[in-house]
Amino acid sequence: MPDWRLPRLRHPALAVWRRNVLVWRRLLGPAIVMNMGEPLLMLLGLGYGLGLFIGQMGGMPYLTYVASGIVASSCMNSASFEAMYSVHTRMVPQQTYASLLVTPLEVDDILAGEMLWGATKGTISGVTIILVAGALGHVHPWTALPAVPALLLVGLCFTGPALVMSALSPSYDFFNYYQTLALMPMFVLSGVFYPTDSLPQAVQWLPQVLPLSHAVALLRPLVAGQPMHDVALHGAVLALYAASGYYAAVVLVRRRLLV
Amino acid sequence: MTADSAQPAIVIARRLSKRFGKREVVREVDFEVLPGRCFGFLGPNGAGKTTTLRMILGVSPITAGELRVFGESMPAAARSARRRIGVVPQADNLDPDFTVAENLRVYASYFDLPARAVMGQVRELLEFAGLSERAEARIDALSGGMKRRLTIARALINDPELLILDEPTTGLDPQARHMIWGRLRELIRAGKTLLLTTHYMEEAERLCDELVIMDHGRILTRGSPAALVQEYVEPEVLEIRGQLERVRELLAGVEGCRAESLGDTCYCYSADARPLIQCLEGRSGITFVHRPAGLEDVFLRLTGRELRD
Repeated sequence: MPDWRLPRLRHPALAVWRRNVLVWRRLLGPAIVMNMGEPLLMLLGLGYGLGLFIGQMGGMPYLTYVASGIVASSCMNSASFEAMYSVHTRMVPQQTYASLLVTPLEVDDILAGEMLWGATKGTISGVTIILVAGALGHVHPWTALPAVPALLLVGLCFTGPALVMSALSPSYDFFNYYQTLALMPMFVLSGVFYPTDSLPQAVQWLPQVLPLSHAVALLRPLVAGQPMHDVALHGAVLALYAASGYYAAVVLVRRRLLV
Repeated sequence: MTADSAQPAIVIARRLSKRFGKREVVREVDFEVLPGRCFGFLGPNGAGKTTTLRMILGVSPITAGELRVFGESMPAAARSARRRIGVVPQADNLDPDFTVAENLRVYASYFDLPARAVMGQVRELLEFAGLSERAEARIDALSGGMKRRLTIARALINDPELLILDEPTTGLDPQARHMIWGRLRELIRAGKTLLLTTHYMEEAERLCDELVIMDHGRILTRGSPAALVQEYVEPEVLEIRGQLERVRELLAGVEGCRAESLGDTCYCYSADARPLIQCLEGRSGITFVHRPAGLEDVFLRLTGRELRD
């Protein structure tokens, strides 16, 4: 019988977040390289390579366009991977959650801490891309500062559903499904590289329900310093994914660990 | 069994039951753990010991019955109860990403105890666990005994009134076990209440003031180790090996002796083993050991001698 009670948000969640920060600080080198490497290559390859042919897109240089899209997608990837691989490690092989659950912490607190941490990792990734694009002279990091709170929301939005995957996963291999069936298609279809209105009419509705489209729509003007549209809609969709993901994950992890 | 009415029991279970689907793991157990005592759950694998502990900690839903910890009903009071409990789990789950001292400091933060506030305590606990020299060592550099000691130290970081230990010395070498027993006795002397599960008779005999023997989810009996030995088995045991056919014939001629066989060994229980010893002495092909009866004999008598997985 699943425990459907709504999770309570309490400050002990911060202890879990702090634990993860401490571990991350120790593994900073490899973490940064992994966070930056792929999006950086993508940015340079597509931005400079394709940019030469494309010139402008959406009223901005193509490199700025791609950079602002990759800010969103790297936030998505970073948060998702943290909430899958690292959370699985803590939940199953390392039994960290088992040791946490016999302290005053509850599943609610542990996953709230993981939500915050996933969002933090996503934000770090997004900010890194902003800084790199800034160094290349295609983004003004200071005008992009308001992107930070938006990145936190985007990070929460992708941590939630990835936590659900962790709660369900029997092993690491399970995450391949989510990666191939959810993250990859979103990466391609959500307006990171081209405006979604260039998609065929029949699938125009698709980006509307994908959280990454809303993340891109929210972050791109912030990063590129352009006027924003439909902030409330985008924010609401992102918050909805975050909250429902978190809630489902709490119920599923309770079912999995509190037996 | 509530002998000490002035001091209310720390844990009280009444008809406590746990079912996984159709499988009954804990069946209507009653027990109470009195403060300042060491209470043991003794039983073979699968007896329901760990599940009972998990219910006490509020991390396993109760199927039926009543459970009170520190006077409050579980699992409603789980969070506040766990604040006053320390736990040594069956499998070490120290944080491999941290050093020895960091493990204690970070664990303290889960109890809302900031690192600065527990500095002195961390030092004391490292000393208690004999790990002061290894404070900055990584977890994977520790031996099994050291990890166990650190896990016990970690369980004490919140200065708990009740310490719950799930098979605290399983898998350790004799030196490490004796050191841990010594430390646990220190804790009992210091007034802590201990609740432990074990399938080592010597552990129960050395540590527990009172214990219950569990099997197939039920409590078969309870009492102090000495009282249980007195109640269930004759005081003297002869373990006889070799030529069991002939041993059986010999036994038939001796009065007041109860015999049980297990594998190649025959266990003879009696009030006085001398007549049997005289009968066996000097016979070739037969060896025997004469010893006083212990908890293991009670345990085997109650739970049977067949193998458990």
